Amino acid sequence: MGDRGFNFSRKLNQSLDLGAATKTGTTICGVVFEAGVILGADTRSTNGETVADKDCEKIHYIAPNIYCCGAGTAADTESVTGLISSNLLLHRKQTDRPSAVKSALTLLKTTLFRHQGHIGAALVLGGVDSDGSHLFTVYPHGSSDALPYAAMGSGSLAAMATLETGYHEEMSLDAAKNLVTRAILSGVMNDLGSGSNVDLCVITRDSVQYLRNDTSNMHRTFRISSKFDDRQEAVIDYSHCGTATRVLHAN
Amino acid sequence: MNQNGSAIIAMVGKDCVAIASDLRLGINQNQTTAVDYSKLHKIHDKLWLGLTGLIADQLTLAQKLRFKHDMYELRENRVMSPKVFASVVSTTLYEKRFQPYYTEPVVAGLDKDGKPYITSMDLIGADASADDFVVAGDNVESLFGVCESFYRKDLEPDELFNVIGNCLNAGVNRDCLSGWGGIVTLITKDGPITRTLKNRMD
Repeated sequence: MGDRGFNFSRKLNQSLDLGAATKTGTTICGVVFEAGVILGADTRSTNGETVADKDCEKIHYIAPNIYCCGAGTAADTESVTGLISSNLLLHRKQTDRPSAVKSALTLLKTTLFRHQGHIGAALVLGGVDSDGSHLFTVYPHGSSDALPYAAMGSGSLAAMATLETGYHEEMSLDAAKNLVTRAILSGVMNDLGSGSNVDLCVITRDSVQYLRNDTSNMHRTFRISSKFDDRQEAVIDYSHCGTATRVLHAN
Repeated sequence: MNQNGSAIIAMVGKDCVAIASDLRLGINQNQTTAVDYSKLHKIHDKLWLGLTGLIADQLTLAQKLRFKHDMYELRENRVMSPKVFASVVSTTLYEKRFQPYYTEPVVAGLDKDGKPYITSMDLIGADASADDFVVAGDNVESLFGVCESFYRKDLEPDELFNVIGNCLNAGVNRDCLSGWGGIVTLITKDGPITRTLKNRMD
């Protein structure tokens, strides 16, 4: 290898195209309401154009009073939230105080900045602490925003359109839950990388409600039942076909 | 993930799980070097690991994971539950976040209460466990397609064997890089049963 010019030593390997990590083409969002914070997420995980998991969990536990939605590379969101969650637990054991949302934010963004964007985690961090309710977005390179309402992921444009239309200050619990659900559903319907169900997490000063599959879209629109013939081969039973796929129009 | 060719399915039945792999080993996408190459690895009687992707990394990872399991068994005098083992696989992969092993694993097994557990992962350990079926390999689209059609809940062991076998055979017939027969391991509370399947050799 010469000592000047471009280095092509990785060229051969790149041409092999050895495969890519699972991404969460995602819609995640959060809203601050009168009594706390609500986080929302869809449940589709993708690998290229294939749906890898129809019902995955994207709202990660950080501390008893703090949760975090993750978009981007699935393994990265999982590991970076897990790492920060452990560090905060140790910190709580040392100080004997509940964790501050700002501490979680600082740990997350310094970790992400240290890795210069190679850890592909885009996060919506929310929680309630002695300072009140907080909502932050964190980008893979380590920058962050503090916001009253936020959306991230490939469906963030659809979700943000809904949030911009529906958000107002001091929302009630029901109005805020409804807004977050509608924002995630607009991602589910309008963004190809997002889909399936809506998970919610409602954090207030004295309680946390993790509402897994608060809205469920998992019902099948078709039905096939396999039976077995005498050669023990699975055969499709067409006798249900009358009710299998719903007929919408018939001439 | 399409250097050597592979297809793996795991399915949950009633108090049983099954894991199936194709048997082809190829080099450079056009040369078939072995037609009896199972990608399933036995960890213990009720826990199996399937590895797709680059063969060299499959072998390295399988050795590493078996070593970790056996050390755990010697230390604790018990075997790993499928969930614990899947977590070990996941962290082992994420250790190599920026120079990954090019392999996507599938874990299938029964825990000590006989409850089925299956999961699949990407090459850096993001796991996606399921209560029905998981697939991995270089043509997951066709595997997903047949599994979605043929799978039913609470299949008895014999039925589960038939369904997973048919799904594998039908799936790999739409994939140039995998096939050449298959192997199915059915895990029940009485232990594992392994059967080899015949399929097209082209």
